[in-house]
Amino acid sequence: MRYSGLKVITEGLFGNKGWKPAWRDPAPKAEYDAIIIGGGGHGLSTAYYLAKNHGLTNIAVLEKGYLGSGNIGRNTTIVRANYFLQGNSEFYSHSMKLWEGLEIDLNYNVMHSQRGLINLFHSDGQRDAFVRRGNSMINQGDDAILLDREGVREMLPYLDFEQTRFPIYGGLYHPRGGTARHDAVAWGYARAADKRGVDLIQNCEVTGVDIENGRVTGVQTTRGAIKARKVGIVVAGRSSQVAAMAGMRLPIESHILQAFVTEGLKPVIDHVVSFGMGHFYISQSDKGGLVFGGDLDFYASYASRGNLPMVEHVMEAGMTLMPMIGRAKVLRSWGGIMDMSPDGSPIIDKTHVDGLFIDCGWNYGGFKAVPASGWCMAHLMATGESHPVAARFKLNRFATGHILDEEGTGSQHNLH
Amino acid sequence: MRLTCPLCGERDRREFYYYGSEDYLNRPAPDAAPQAWDDYLHNRDNPAGVTRDLWYHDMGCSSWLVVTRNTVTHDILAVEAVADRKGGAA
Ligand SMILES: Cc1cc2nc3c(=O)[nH]c(=O)nc-3n(C[C@H](O)[C@H](O)[C@H](O)COP(=O)(O)OP(=O)(O)OC[C@H]3O[C@@H](n4cnc5c(N)ncnc54)[C@H](O)[C@@H]3O)c2cc1C
Ligand SMILES: [Zn+2]
Repeated sequence: MRYSGLKVITEGLFGNKGWKPAWRDPAPKAEYDAIIIGGGGHGLSTAYYLAKNHGLTNIAVLEKGYLGSGNIGRNTTIVRANYFLQGNSEFYSHSMKLWEGLEIDLNYNVMHSQRGLINLFHSDGQRDAFVRRGNSMINQGDDAILLDREGVREMLPYLDFEQTRFPIYGGLYHPRGGTARHDAVAWGYARAADKRGVDLIQNCEVTGVDIENGRVTGVQTTRGAIKARKVGIVVAGRSSQVAAMAGMRLPIESHILQAFVTEGLKPVIDHVVSFGMGHFYISQSDKGGLVFGGDLDFYASYASRGNLPMVEHVMEAGMTLMPMIGRAKVLRSWGGIMDMSPDGSPIIDKTHVDGLFIDCGWNYGGFKAVPASGWCMAHLMATGESHPVAARFKLNRFATGHILDEEGTGSQHNLH
Repeated sequence: MRLTCPLCGERDRREFYYYGSEDYLNRPAPDAAPQAWDDYLHNRDNPAGVTRDLWYHDMGCSSWLVVTRNTVTHDILAVEAVADRKGGAA
């Protein structure tokens, strides 16, 4: 069923009785050409592009819970292409272009909103670093505008410009940055993949990876054994567990990241604002809730909830930056399990097992990457070669010294 | 989350700096194979359950601590000073 404005109107006139489930609920087959483990954003987009770009349709996505139950439904939805390093910048640039055509491509409203992202700076040194970043973004073909203090004041009059600890000197404005509805991204890819024949199998946890003579032959699951000559591990925070089933020990440590949302308010924050010095960022959802977050809790964790010190810190940072939000009531807070790589950049690569591929290490920034990650992982699984824009996301780059330390903080899990 | 420092007693998590897995205590010999260094620096078991990691009592006694804890429940099971371990300081 194609979605359209006309369809909404006719369904409205006839009691909304014609809507059908957005995807099938098939039982797993005994064998597929390819299996994707993990029905998050990256797993679903990988399946979609395998079908669409490479014509592979006898494939399945195996999800241990329900589609979208992981980080794809827990993130703060920021989409941006403001990376500095070669290796990252062409990848996120590619992702941004896919975002810009995504709704038409998927025939699904993912509520992608390019409302603009502003990264604030608070010293001359930080401004110089942002000038370099902005130039690198422009060289990549993306957009960046340096705002001085008055420029920021015009767009974000509600900030506390006079604070003594971090006076606002200006901001790097990325007009094409913004947000999208996170669940809708999972649902849109799921529906579009299903339509091309991909089996989306929920409540199906992978419990083992079958390997014969160095080649993957299938997986063991809570719904029985399933054969496949190609298997992709796309399980974000659970990457270490699934990779261990294939005898791998990954350069990943799982950490908790929290987020918060307030009661719905009238439109008040029109952009995405990020306050790096205070470890705080915020936007307003289309429902009106202020959605904000900060840093990791900074210890390895698999609990989908954080601890109070980070809650306090994020609230303090928010109040420092924009005291006007102090009256808003926080409705919910939650956490997600982040697959932290040592250098803060992802991995899309083959493994030591023939036919077994891995896509992980998304840290706290994998939502914006959903389209390009699926595109590149599908390319790798179909052709056996890395896609040019993801060529540096190698699994062994820590051993070879080719790290991609975007923030310049060092190659250690707890530094990003 | 509160950690019981062997010297200072039970303290708030905020007094401690998290460093990473206890793998950091097992530094390879200078001439060890590159793979041993890669394992030491980057590769991790990353268990969902009981783990042992290194914390520093930054705002207390400045001890390095090995904490045994559960990454799923956030329960702290044991805390010992690195200096008290067999074999001495790291
Ligand atoms: C609070 C928070 C805020 C964030 N904010 C942003 C942001 O603003 N912008 C941004 O770009 N990124 C953000 N992120 C990061 C982003 O959400 C993640 O990097 C991204 O969603 C991870 O990829 P995924 O969607 O495939 O993961 P997931 O949705 O977690 O998918 C992995 C799936 O694998 C399944 N799985 C695990 N083990 C198995 C198994 N054995 N068998 C079968 N299935 C299995 C899981 O159930 C899960 O559904 C944020 C994350 C969090 C937690
Ligand atoms: Zn102490």
